[in-house]
Amino acid sequence: MKSNVVELAADVLVIGAGAAGMSAALAAGERGASVLIADRSLIGRSGATIMAQMTVAVALGEETPDAVEHHYADTLAAGRGLCDASLAALLCAQGPTEIRRLDEWKVGWARHEDGRIRGTQAPGHDRPRCVYVDFLNTGPALAKTLRTRVLRQENVTRVGDLCITDLVVKDGAVTGAVGFSVADGRPVTIRAASVVIATGGITRLYARNSASANMGGDGHALALRAGAELMDMEFVQFFPIGNLAPRLVGMDPIMWDPFRYKLGGRLLNAEMREFVNDYGNAEGERYNVTRDRATHAILSEVKAGRGSPAGGAYLSFQHIPEDQLRAAFGPVIDKLAENGIDLTKMPVEVAPIAHYHMGGVRVNDTLETRVANLFVAGEAVAGANGANRLSGNAITEALVFGRVAGEAAAKRRLAGASASLAAAAYLALLEAGSPDASNNLAGIIDRLQKIMAVKVGPFRTKAGLEEAIAEIAALRTEIGALPPGEPGPYNMARLDWFDLRTMLLVAETVARTALSRQESRGAHQREDFPTMQDEWTIHQTVALDGERLVIGRVPVQVEHVREVA
Amino acid sequence: MSVTATLIVRRGVSGQKDETSRYEVPYTPGQSVLDGLRYVRANLDPTLSVRHSCISANTCKECMISVDGKVEYACTARLEPREMILEPLGNKTHLRDLVTEITPPDERLDHAIKRAKQGAH
Repeated sequence: MKSNVVELAADVLVIGAGAAGMSAALAAGERGASVLIADRSLIGRSGATIMAQMTVAVALGEETPDAVEHHYADTLAAGRGLCDASLAALLCAQGPTEIRRLDEWKVGWARHEDGRIRGTQAPGHDRPRCVYVDFLNTGPALAKTLRTRVLRQENVTRVGDLCITDLVVKDGAVTGAVGFSVADGRPVTIRAASVVIATGGITRLYARNSASANMGGDGHALALRAGAELMDMEFVQFFPIGNLAPRLVGMDPIMWDPFRYKLGGRLLNAEMREFVNDYGNAEGERYNVTRDRATHAILSEVKAGRGSPAGGAYLSFQHIPEDQLRAAFGPVIDKLAENGIDLTKMPVEVAPIAHYHMGGVRVNDTLETRVANLFVAGEAVAGANGANRLSGNAITEALVFGRVAGEAAAKRRLAGASASLAAAAYLALLEAGSPDASNNLAGIIDRLQKIMAVKVGPFRTKAGLEEAIAEIAALRTEIGALPPGEPGPYNMARLDWFDLRTMLLVAETVARTALSRQESRGAHQREDFPTMQDEWTIHQTVALDGERLVIGRVPVQVEHVREVA
Repeated sequence: MSVTATLIVRRGVSGQKDETSRYEVPYTPGQSVLDGLRYVRANLDPTLSVRHSCISANTCKECMISVDGKVEYACTARLEPREMILEPLGNKTHLRDLVTEITPPDERLDHAIKRAKQGAH
């Protein structure tokens, strides 16, 4: 079997090839490090970046005068007291540099006729600050631009269809990783002086989600098993107005948000009455209620029996003239027509959908974990966005943290030309197979997603969370200790097993931290503890002790706005 | 009576004999072929392999297959309440079931091995 193992090496191994991973690979490559960027799907096509359609928050000051401290203040306010000040400040302060770098690389930011980059005002921002690429093309344009730069960077080797399953750790430092080629099943070891986790969030844990099928928390599980800590895992952001009905194919389910920024759009209950302000909000003409509050309003209305037929709210653009719709969204209007949707004649139905995760791996100011040489970038980083992320901060975070982590990782260089990675213990699992291939693993993923949506979703209770923890444990027993069948080309049942190994571990961290946080704050809403409590202005951490999850608490690092600029 | 779509899917691993599997899935208007295939995996046959990264947003462009002999994205081809014949792309190397090798040549594992041998780490 050993002869089958592919052995690779690089100064820097980057896991994940969205905006964060590609930025990290570029930053490290530019500094002369040899880089291997691996993605379980295709380079630049998987993950969340490519799904992002709109809004990147950045204090450029071109649409209207702006400064970093205003963006920072809005980020902290949205974060409900849990933002890590230095990470939030880093995001806001370095944002303009990264957005201008992308502009030089011709990403195609939408511009005014006089050449100024356009900014739109998303909810939670004090002024127009969110740049974008028309029409609803921000993520694909970014992914393509970054991929083109990565292609030109001679120091970077790209490997798609490579699923990383474990990090290899020696004496408290990461020394590489193991995984397998999804395309043909071959086991792979990668010796590296440093590793950057850029695997995105955990939205795949939920039945309805707006990201990609490969975002089940791979990086979180890798980090946890390697000895790093997770933080703020209970904070899962639900995007309030994800498309619910009619079925939309060929479009991102969260595409109604840019429609609302640009055109307004009325959120209505079954009685065709606006209701968001019934829940203590003060939304006027402009769409300004933050994601956590809008989610709360919609779900409360559904619970009160005033939801739309499919179980959400109506969103209506019927008051907006057709020429205005077309001017704002051009070809998107035709795509909607293909789905049988004419916005001048009918409302659509929307409901909260899992969209982003504020929690992640705990890092220091250079994005290194407590495991030496292990860095994290992008959504997988905990802390910058606190208990609720401000609209538009996700791509900024991916670009900035990718760059910073890549630069820091590039300072570690591989010693010894021919050493082998001590990976035998990790490889055993990749070569093992269970004779029992009858288990319906894809069905178990479905069941887990439903448990999480119902019991660990936007509204939580002690009883529901305890049930979820017990059910997750039962699913772990069900999947068994070994992957089914044998390694081979694109064996999805086997991939499902490795995914469940990750997803069940990460799901448990979310449920357990949600259970112990006895308050409601931002994206974490407890029906049995409905108010925010000062004593809970604290982060919860999670570490792995053998098979057991250990929850700890660390204070929030607070820094005054003045110190940012 | 509930309406169904019948998916007739070419199965098998590269280099081995092909088989055909027949699946009946519930049909509701507006659904995609990928919706049907995801239903199959979760409810009828978890061993079926089909490739996709985004979920019916048509951004990853990874789910291209042959639907009734025509090349389509599984996520934008509509499910229809009739027999539909689904096959892997004919002009790409076959991996398993509906999955073909679509990774660019210089992003494959063998390319990385070659680079390593050339001394570029």
